[in-house]
Amino acid sequence: MTPRHPLHLTVLLAVAVGGALGACARYGLTTWFEQGPGFPWTTFAVNVSGSFLLALLPGIPAVRRQPLLPPLLGTGVLGGYTTLSAWSEETRALVADGSAGLAALYAVGTLAACLGAVALADRWSTPDARHEFEDEEGDL
Amino acid sequence: MTLLLVALGAAVGAPLRYVAAHLLDGRLHHGTILVNVVGSLLLGIFSGLALGDHAMALLGVGFCGALTTYSAFAVQVHDRGPRLGAATVLLTAVPALGLCALGFWLGAQL
Repeated sequence: MTPRHPLHLTVLLAVAVGGALGACARYGLTTWFEQGPGFPWTTFAVNVSGSFLLALLPGIPAVRRQPLLPPLLGTGVLGGYTTLSAWSEETRALVADGSAGLAALYAVGTLAACLGAVALADRWSTPDARHEFEDEEGDL
Repeated sequence: MTLLLVALGAAVGAPLRYVAAHLLDGRLHHGTILVNVVGSLLLGIFSGLALGDHAMALLGVGFCGALTTYSAFAVQVHDRGPRLGAATVLLTAVPALGLCALGFWLGAQL
């Protein structure tokens, strides 16, 4: 399970390109649906939808057959699209603003919703397919 | 311009996350845990520093945003089962939130 293959420059480049695309999509959504004070709905939606899509990828045979696609789409695009640092900073900001209850709801709510989204998407893939996807480093 | 800065920061952050995970992830995803915690600390510092829009797009939205990942975190927690999953949540969320707050405080002092 640990260091499966050596580091390949093509995989690194694919992750860089995918990550840039995913981050731009996240940025686009946060400017389109600007977050006011209160519950950070845009980041919440980005992280839940990204988690759902990442768990959906192993169920697509074409993705598993082409070795560059799991790191490009999973680790790159969806990894760059979703973000844990913004979740931390937004939770911190809510606490600092005196909304500790809302902060807890946001922190726990994001985790619960993302795990639920993964569980739902897992219905369309087999454990074998998920292991293969993991070995191809699609979910790092 | 801003979009380009976001893309540039992410083009560095995402492969760094990949390298950390590639080298350190095992039964427990140490590499992913590490980048999520470090990225949260850095974003806390950058927010405390109140960086300008361009610097924040490059370093905050782009670099920290892509260095960290919620999708892989969620999938790893789910796939590893209750024990390792719970350990991953604790080892990620507690230091990420704590160090983000510490980073913000540090940044605000400067």
